[in-house]
Amino acid sequence: MSLKKDLISIKDLTKSDIYSFIETAKEFKKISLKDIKKVPTLRGKTVINLFYEPSTRTRSSFEIAQKRLSADSLNIAISQSSVTKGETLKDTILNLESMKPDAFVIRHHESGAPYFISKITKASVINAGDGINEHPTQTLLDIMTVMEEKKDISSLKVAIIGDISHSRVARSDIFGLSMLGADIYIYGPYSLLPVTGFKDIPNVRIAKGFKEAVKNADVIIMLRIQKERAGYHFIPSIEEYRNFFKLTPELLSLASKGVMVLHPGPVNRDVEISGSIINRDKTFIFKQVENGIAVRMACLYMLLGVQKSLEPDI
Amino acid sequence: MKRLIIKNGIVADPLSRTEVKRDICIEDGIIRGAGNGTGDFKKSRSADIKIINADGLYVLPGLIDMHVHLREPGYEYKETIKSGMEAAVSGGFTSICCMPNTNPPNDSASVNNYIINKSKEAGLINLFPIGAISRGLKGENLSDIGELKESGAVAISDDGNPVSDTSLLARAMLYAKTFGLPVISHSEDLSLRGKGVMNEGFTSQALGVAGIPSIAEEIAIERDIGLAKYYGAKLHIAHVSTAGSVDVIRRAKKEGVDVTCETCPHYFTLTEESLLNYNTNAKINPPLRTGRDILAVKEGLVDRTIDVIASDHAPHSEDEKDTTLDNAPFGIIGLQTLLPLTFKLYAEKRLFLHDIARLVSQNPARILNLSGRGGIKEGYAGDITIVDVRKKWKFSENKIKSLSKNSPFIGMDFTGIAVYVIVSGNVISAN
Repeated sequence: MSLKKDLISIKDLTKSDIYSFIETAKEFKKISLKDIKKVPTLRGKTVINLFYEPSTRTRSSFEIAQKRLSADSLNIAISQSSVTKGETLKDTILNLESMKPDAFVIRHHESGAPYFISKITKASVINAGDGINEHPTQTLLDIMTVMEEKKDISSLKVAIIGDISHSRVARSDIFGLSMLGADIYIYGPYSLLPVTGFKDIPNVRIAKGFKEAVKNADVIIMLRIQKERAGYHFIPSIEEYRNFFKLTPELLSLASKGVMVLHPGPVNRDVEISGSIINRDKTFIFKQVENGIAVRMACLYMLLGVQKSLEPDI
Repeated sequence: MKRLIIKNGIVADPLSRTEVKRDICIEDGIIRGAGNGTGDFKKSRSADIKIINADGLYVLPGLIDMHVHLREPGYEYKETIKSGMEAAVSGGFTSICCMPNTNPPNDSASVNNYIINKSKEAGLINLFPIGAISRGLKGENLSDIGELKESGAVAISDDGNPVSDTSLLARAMLYAKTFGLPVISHSEDLSLRGKGVMNEGFTSQALGVAGIPSIAEEIAIERDIGLAKYYGAKLHIAHVSTAGSVDVIRRAKKEGVDVTCETCPHYFTLTEESLLNYNTNAKINPPLRTGRDILAVKEGLVDRTIDVIASDHAPHSEDEKDTTLDNAPFGIIGLQTLLPLTFKLYAEKRLFLHDIARLVSQNPARILNLSGRGGIKEGYAGDITIVDVRKKWKFSENKIKSLSKNSPFIGMDFTGIAVYVIVSGNVISAN
């Protein structure tokens, strides 16, 4: 295990790192299925959840993971913090650092914020989503969800559909799934795809059409389209997006028989995905949320529990 | 089975770049073969055979005018879809493409469908609409480009209004690329045009009117080509009028940028001096330029820097043009004068007839992805234009089929005219 103190980017991980996270998460998943959902693993560890952006899933998932591992967690509501008085990110972290936390879980609207923080704290930093950059724990839970159904990721065709340019989920998923050898087909309007393409990443190609992307796909990852994108000319309108970039039952029928549909949430029903696909239990959206807790427990454990226990007693 | 045989004509074929005497057979609207004498098509048992004797005439693939302003919906007093099509027939066209600056502008499937239905009612020739880049042609937000494509648009353009917002144009190129739609750019720097009404130069100085500098066009073409190059998008530049523009495009093509362009007959025929008597029927945008620009445009046509000749047919009523140069709207009609003015380049031995077929049929079809058009080939649509290149005639006002008569060419002597247009095997007498 080559883990450092932080989990900031999927690119920092090796294939075997990813698999160890998943293996550990599998063990932790059992805890959530018990009557008493708590173990003392991280007793005495302090984790600060610093969310500069709104979040339901990720934030509650991390918080529950911390509680089930008996860590002490502190949630800082940015809207009620000194940040509103103009405190810089650096000063906020330096002040919190004085309180001797063991980990920061960071969600920030600026790409690279977790990396910036990791340089000024001794605590572990877990990236819970930064700007349009990465969302590594989402990718780990996506991989875990896929691996529960499909044995060999390297034999899979994965379609990732939508606003690739602004999706940290897409980027982390592309890095992670490419590393594991999946064939990745990207589709979306060119105005929402990176201009550079993906020539630098193995096994990734831009599909010529929606049908090519989903045909015989084993996994389809749908991304949320933000309504604001129309305002900056990336798409004409949400109506148009719905007409041409929504996953419909007809398109889904082109995929392989056991296709898994994933979505990181929050979902815009009938914008990027037909509501009926979700209603007919064709997706793994809620399985993803369930696995999210296990993956985050594994991350906290592997960064805090394993690492620190290797340190000599003082 | 319905069969049409065109006998004894000289076929100017852009695909093979030849002009050879041969017969052409169209069956049920589709070109089914071309023989080299009489008797090749005798085997048919069909009762419905029509024969056109094209002896002494040239047979071209159906001409396509990819830049036309029909004024319906909204300005039917200037031109309707039907009157525009009648002018197009007289001009030798089997297909025309109409720009979206109607009222309401063609920025949605509903307007697109309206236009297409109207053209079917007129039932003369093919009409391919060009949709708007921006909603309401306002240059602020993208129109529903996928919807436009799905309802029949063959390109998008805000023609008449250059897209000033660079990010909007960049994303229009990218978004349209998703649907394989070309972007047609009216390239002009609006801030440089200012209140200009004609080319900036000695003539505008002599007349005491505000000029439009040639650089206003060239600088915008540079920007648009830069975007197409950077984003790997397909770009077509409308109505190129200056020597500098031809140079910029020639250079870009050498670099491998996916750019095409068109010019209009007036840019290789008339100079700014046509406005010397404050002639509003020569007021057009881009403006008529100088003799040097005319030469450069001709060179561009010969060396294939310029891909297409289009009319930019822009009807305006008599009353709208019967005013001062400052106040008159930009634009002249051109559907009926494109071919005879282009024949002047044939007479000057700058172009072969198969070059004209390339510039006014093959390339427009290629640029707009009109598959099965733009050539005389087995399996292609039975769209044919038959021309008499020797016929001498005068372009008098009573020959104009458009509802508007705003042409600087009235009274001019021409050589060459369209005799028949054939649309999916149906023969229409052009003149």
